[in-house]
Amino acid sequence: MSAPRDFAELFGTSASWLQGEGPHADMVLSTRIRLARNLREVPFTHRARDEQLHGVLASVASATQASKTLAGGLLLKMQEVTPIERQVLVERHLVSHELGDGARPRGIYVAPDDRVSIMVNEEDHLRLQAMTPGFQLAEAWSLADAADDDLDRSLDYAFSDEIGYLTACPTNAGTGLRASVLIHLPALVLLEEIQRVLKSIMQVNLNVRGLYGEHSEIMGNLFQISNQTTLGCSERESIEKLDRVTKNIVEHEERARERMVRDARTQLEDKVWRAYGTLRYCRSIQAKEVINLCSAVRLGVAMGLAGLPPLGVVNELLVLTQPAHLQRQAGVEMTPPERNVHRAQVVRERLEAAERAPRPGKS
Amino acid sequence: MLCQICGKNPASVHFTEIHDNKMSEIHVCERCAEEKGMHTPAQQHKFEIADLLAGMVDAMTHTEEERIGHVQCPRCGLLYSSFKETGRLGCSECYNAFQFQLRPLLRRIHGDTRHRGKSPSQAGAAGSGTREIQRLHDDLQRAVEREEFEKAAGIRDEIRRLGGPRPAASPRELS
Repeated sequence: MSAPRDFAELFGTSASWLQGEGPHADMVLSTRIRLARNLREVPFTHRARDEQLHGVLASVASATQASKTLAGGLLLKMQEVTPIERQVLVERHLVSHELGDGARPRGIYVAPDDRVSIMVNEEDHLRLQAMTPGFQLAEAWSLADAADDDLDRSLDYAFSDEIGYLTACPTNAGTGLRASVLIHLPALVLLEEIQRVLKSIMQVNLNVRGLYGEHSEIMGNLFQISNQTTLGCSERESIEKLDRVTKNIVEHEERARERMVRDARTQLEDKVWRAYGTLRYCRSIQAKEVINLCSAVRLGVAMGLAGLPPLGVVNELLVLTQPAHLQRQAGVEMTPPERNVHRAQVVRERLEAAERAPRPGKS
Repeated sequence: MLCQICGKNPASVHFTEIHDNKMSEIHVCERCAEEKGMHTPAQQHKFEIADLLAGMVDAMTHTEEERIGHVQCPRCGLLYSSFKETGRLGCSECYNAFQFQLRPLLRRIHGDTRHRGKSPSQAGAAGSGTREIQRLHDDLQRAVEREEFEKAAGIRDEIRRLGGPRPAASPRELS
């Protein structure tokens, strides 16, 4: 696997977490493991001086180069990319909103295996993340754990025997672990069972958020479920709990889908094809509408309806139609109405290409 | 992020509401949250640091609150009162400086105060020894409680043999 050499190359390749592959890919878009780490000798990001943060960037750069699994990746400094490019990284889920503001010496390191990346000088000095397509908690954990061990050989992490990894916010102290799955639950929403499910998720101390993480709204029936506590339980225990709960939700959603297909197949298919028709022939469309219509198409693909695009194409649309992606691709800044027109064109072209492409395997 | 009510202070209290399957979040500063009488519903199991801190401080007398607010991290100079406002600590040393205040907070956030996950391999040489001694001290205390004095003496000798630093000082010694 070779790493992108610069932003343009990174932009030109599709994020692997969008591939629409992996276990339960028809429901779970992606799995992410994030580890929060800080350097012992440097104040936490919000209290550190700029030159100290430059030092952190340099330390992370040399630690990655000394690592077997991480060497040869791409370090993008937020101050060296344009605001639209920073936003592209946010839309790709590579960096958080906080990191994407570009005001301070921050950066993102993308490993040659692009499933692994490190946000540098976010709330914590390092936010190491591993993202895999589909429902693959064990795989994501082993990627993150290995990268963490590698970095640990060169970096002196802030750690105490009692409290574990020390983080800027005590909510992350301990393992510093946030394990999350991005899951599509249209049937539970349509059958109005989602509220009960969300409540029970929160009751077992897991968190539910929207597509774009903290403070984002629920769109396209997409939910991010993650662990909430990091102290008193091991990484494995946190991951196993999320694994158990996610499997449970997947089962609920499967049963809800079966009921819908059994009781209202025609209405359901009608909804799916109308959504597809709108996407395929629209001339101006907002990002939010794309996400919501993609939800219906996604459900249709999962139901096995012939003639719909593969999951990877539907997943990609979620990101490619976001404002910064559109503008970076077009090479010009656009007003929201201009973006709506350009977005419609991108969606039409993608779907047309998918219709023409030969289908591998079953269909 | 600024408070959505006054637009001046940083938002440190966050609420999540679910209505008609739509989730919305409200971010306000402590003062506005207090003024508007906003409380996190207990059944929601959503905790927020500033919220917890406010609750804990309420339970203290005014002088206690003042005294604790003035505790300062010797390394980065952060005042505990600033942490209370932002919910963020200044450096890794803050965990030591504010350990007396942080312990109950960590317990309320996580339901526990002790790390049970992985540890850095570098700290391995020094760290695992300290942890071993800590574990022996715990065993020693249990043995004494059960009046198993012979066993306790053995554990004490083992701690002496390892010769590591004493376990974390008690809050009394630090205050």
